[in-house]
Amino acid sequence: MSKMGPPHGGANMPAEKAKDFKGTFRRLVSYLKPRRKKLAAVFLVAILSTVFAIVGPKIMGMAITELFEGAYGQLQGVPGGGIDFGVIGQILAILAGLYLFSSLFSYIQQYMMSTVAQDTVYDLRQDVNKKLEKLPLRYFDGRPNGETLSRMTNDIDTIGSTLQQSLTQFITSIVTIVGILVMMLTISPLLTLIAVVSLPLSLFVIGPILKRSQKYFSSQQKNLGRLNGHVEEMYTGHQVVKAFGHEAKSNEQFDAVNEELYDAGRKAQFISGIIMPMMTLIGNLSYVLISVVGGILVTQRAISIGDIQAFITYSKQFTQPITQTANIANIIQSTVAAAERVFELLDEEEEVKEVTTSVLARAKGAVAFENVDFGYGDNLLIEKMNIDVQPGQTVAIVGPTGAGKTTLINLLMRFYELNGGRITVDGFDSREMSRNELRQNFGMVLQDTWLFNGTIRDNIAYGKTGASEEEILAAAEAAHADHFIRTLPDGYDTILNQEVSNISQGQKQLLTIARAILADPPIMILDEATSSVDTRTEIFIQQAMNQLMEGRTSFVIAHRLSTIKDADLILVMDQGKVIEQGTHQQLLDKDGFYADLYHSQFSVEVAV
Amino acid sequence: MIKILKNLNPYKWVVVAVVLLVFGQSMAELFLPTLMADIIDNGVVKGNIPYIWEIGGWMLLVSAIGAVAAVFASFYSAKAAMGMGRDLRHKVFKHVGQFSLQEFDEVGTASLITRTTNDITQVQQVVIMMLRMVISAPIMLVGGVIMAVSKDAQLSLVIIGAMPVLAIAILLILKYGMPLFQEVQKRLDGLNLVVRENLTGIRVIRAFNREPEEKARLQKANRELADVSIKVNKVMAFMMPVMMLVMNMTVVAVIWFGGIRINNGAMQIGDLMAFIQYVMMIMFALVMASFMFVMVPRAAVSAKRINEVLEMKPAFTDDGTAKADRTRGTLEFEDVTFYYPGAEEPALSNISFTAKPGEITALIGGTGSGKSTLVNLVPRFYDVKSGTIRVNGVDIREASQQEIRSKIGFVPQKSILFTGTIADNIRFGKQDATQAEMDHAASIAQATEFIDQIEGGYAAEIEQGGSNLSGGQKQRLSIARALIRKPDLYIFDDSFSALDFKTDAKLRKALKDETRNATVLLVAQRVSTVVDADRIIVLEKGKMVGIGTHEELLKSNEVYREIALSQLSEEEIA
Repeated sequence: MSKMGPPHGGANMPAEKAKDFKGTFRRLVSYLKPRRKKLAAVFLVAILSTVFAIVGPKIMGMAITELFEGAYGQLQGVPGGGIDFGVIGQILAILAGLYLFSSLFSYIQQYMMSTVAQDTVYDLRQDVNKKLEKLPLRYFDGRPNGETLSRMTNDIDTIGSTLQQSLTQFITSIVTIVGILVMMLTISPLLTLIAVVSLPLSLFVIGPILKRSQKYFSSQQKNLGRLNGHVEEMYTGHQVVKAFGHEAKSNEQFDAVNEELYDAGRKAQFISGIIMPMMTLIGNLSYVLISVVGGILVTQRAISIGDIQAFITYSKQFTQPITQTANIANIIQSTVAAAERVFELLDEEEEVKEVTTSVLARAKGAVAFENVDFGYGDNLLIEKMNIDVQPGQTVAIVGPTGAGKTTLINLLMRFYELNGGRITVDGFDSREMSRNELRQNFGMVLQDTWLFNGTIRDNIAYGKTGASEEEILAAAEAAHADHFIRTLPDGYDTILNQEVSNISQGQKQLLTIARAILADPPIMILDEATSSVDTRTEIFIQQAMNQLMEGRTSFVIAHRLSTIKDADLILVMDQGKVIEQGTHQQLLDKDGFYADLYHSQFSVEVAV
Repeated sequence: MIKILKNLNPYKWVVVAVVLLVFGQSMAELFLPTLMADIIDNGVVKGNIPYIWEIGGWMLLVSAIGAVAAVFASFYSAKAAMGMGRDLRHKVFKHVGQFSLQEFDEVGTASLITRTTNDITQVQQVVIMMLRMVISAPIMLVGGVIMAVSKDAQLSLVIIGAMPVLAIAILLILKYGMPLFQEVQKRLDGLNLVVRENLTGIRVIRAFNREPEEKARLQKANRELADVSIKVNKVMAFMMPVMMLVMNMTVVAVIWFGGIRINNGAMQIGDLMAFIQYVMMIMFALVMASFMFVMVPRAAVSAKRINEVLEMKPAFTDDGTAKADRTRGTLEFEDVTFYYPGAEEPALSNISFTAKPGEITALIGGTGSGKSTLVNLVPRFYDVKSGTIRVNGVDIREASQQEIRSKIGFVPQKSILFTGTIADNIRFGKQDATQAEMDHAASIAQATEFIDQIEGGYAAEIEQGGSNLSGGQKQRLSIARALIRKPDLYIFDDSFSALDFKTDAKLRKALKDETRNATVLLVAQRVSTVVDADRIIVLEKGKMVGIGTHEELLKSNEVYREIALSQLSEEEIA
């Protein structure tokens, strides 16, 4: 995407640096490989356009000289004097042609580059897209989603706009610098010396300014971050700030940071604002010198008047590509840093490759853990765990909040790999079948209901590819969801909005149950928690869940006493570990953690 | 946008100075080509070298004056723009501070944050651009035309002819380009949405083996974005070449017609060279001016969002003056009805009860039954529609909000902590609390143990949002923060949910002694938490459908029985 408007920031902001600039740069270039012919054409056209543009002033100078000499001759009364409009017409025609082609080529270059840039961006995004599928859950759980999201969108976007604009600009700038230098030398080496001497002078003046400007810009950025942090904290904690009467203090803190931000920002803007006038002043200085020295040269007939005109134009154009290359060098640096983040994602360790020695179309539902070891890091949470579940049995998982009940789901669904031992389904090692096949045999209804931005029908149909309308309706009915769906204005065609806030939490759960019913797996994983659901919907959910568990092997994160008591096996979890297992009676007799938990949570007498 | 610019008012003299300085700078720029023409016509053509040096000196002086003006302009424009940004931020933040929860609900916290931070930065950026470049564009434009006309009025017709061509070309490109830019933004949002759904739903997608479909969805969103991006770039590809072409062709025309004028003796060669430079200045100014069409609409969106916040008036005023200490430790609801703004149905209707010192009043009911709403009315986060709430025997509207809230120890549903140390967070409840007071509050909140274990103890830093603490630890600190105030009224809005059962029990036992002279209002999800309350209020759809003790309600109240049954077994209820 090309950015419009005058460029700002640029050289003023310190660019972030890539860890491995060379390697990342090379890899980024490899993405351009499939388009190298087009890219070569783009470069060629860009160079042509620049060369034509550079020759322009020289030709224009010729026209001016012709004019001058004609007029001068007329003034001196030289016979046959006067301006030869035939020659001038020819020169101007050539000039017009040059400019026309320069613009045309410049357009072609931009036009072609947009395809090159955006196709590259597309390829990069596709690679990330394909990668997402292969990444283990460990990757997603280990970092905020925003980070991955930003790599896929912002970082790749940065790469795109650099390709679109800065890459060719870089090339044209260099061609311009060299070209102008050559043209200036052909006009007058002495004047060129004057023009070139102004360069180190400007670097000498601008350098320290730029440095200070960078300092103030990063201080501005830092203060802005602090201010945003404070605003975020105070707004999200608004209720507490008010409840404890902290408004005045919060305002005070805000004003202090705001003042610092103002100070840093003012200095940063001021200093960056004087760079341009300084450049102009130095430019004007050499302009004056060129006029003066050039004027003297002309009076000595060393160069023509048109050459001065051309030279002045050149010297004015000279500083611009130089500052531009400095800018672009900065942009390229941050682009490579962005590319590095994208490549980091692409290089993440992938899921263990599937082995498909066993084939299991539809399991009966026997699940066993054999000497299972597991931990998220180096510490094992589960050691030598053994359970044996027969088809149709119910396993209740209980424990206080945050006990790590999702760990078991992660293992059953093979979202995470075991550290040791094995899990079998119908006697087959789950690692010997494809993940697809394994997961086909499991259904999930979790408290964290995930629905997507689409119709209710599509959301239910998610459970089964190519589900018929009858099947969808039947599943909704079985999940006690049909009634509420029909009361919505658009029924099954109701589109769930982005935040899925147009139906209630309980209704969302009913939809996820319908989705699971439609999938019809032999083994179910359920979360009974219904904390944010009103009592009536809760009853519906319970009924639907009971229906779902019937005839299936079920793993239930249990909150209801009846489920726990009736379970064939109870797994008691605390702080990520399975600490006890057995039936209700067995565990009560043991008088351990479960017994304690049971008495305090479910028994009225103990509750204080 | 104009309304926002009024915030520049305190800086009006600064802005005037900027305009004057930019004017001076532009004049200097404009004067240089004329001086150069002088050098050519009177110095070079006539071979008068001392004259060349003399005018050269003048040129240096003029450009130095221009540079000085520009430096001061930069100083004052930075001052004005950043000062306006600072004032605006201060104004918005202070204004939002007066909002009740009602306004927060209406705009949304995330949106309020962006409006206070990004939107203001955006406006500030545009103001500085305007002060620095956009002001100079019309000056250069008008000045350039005047200078050109003064050099040769007839030749200026060429410029008059070229200007509309350039302006129309730019506007045409923008007309086709801008909607495409919006489309790019829309599709980028679309891609964002699909990626986000893929990230949040990763477990479900994998569980249902839907990876191929999701991959196709992502690919589609990606393709759509790439297509429209290519399109917009192809349109924008016209911009620079067209601008350069018009400018260069104008120069060619100027040389041709200027040549004729020179031939007729109506113009001198130096004037023609100066004229060419004026043409370039004018065209450049036009391009600058056209950027305004891009920048201003963008900033206008931000400006509008900021104005919306500033124009929002808090729904009720804080003008009570009474002291809230008539009967300490009591809370009274008298026929209270409350509507959320714009709602047809009341969120609470006809709520009445009285709580005395040492009593626990519990609220139970499903989601959306109005429990949290009810507790939020007490500190006057929202205002009742009808009826009266009395804290310590005083109508909460007759005392200042500050006064009422100073009597309340509020523990919200979500434990919100702030950046700072653990001690800072506990002292949030009472700024001058002594170490002994803190120890006491922490011990009742069952927080002593983990504070002792944590590195640094009370001085341990809490990160933003308390992300380095567990849910249970945060909850305990949030309780300690309320306890340290020793208030007359405690409000616990489902505040024990993240505690394990043992801590929960210990905490509630310790609380009992602590709250002997105060009244307690407690929201709960679980029946086991409310069984020993002096009074349980059962809410359903904002109505009180039952009030009484556990035993009374079990016997007489159908809704309560239903809730109890779903959580406890038959024999435990009895």
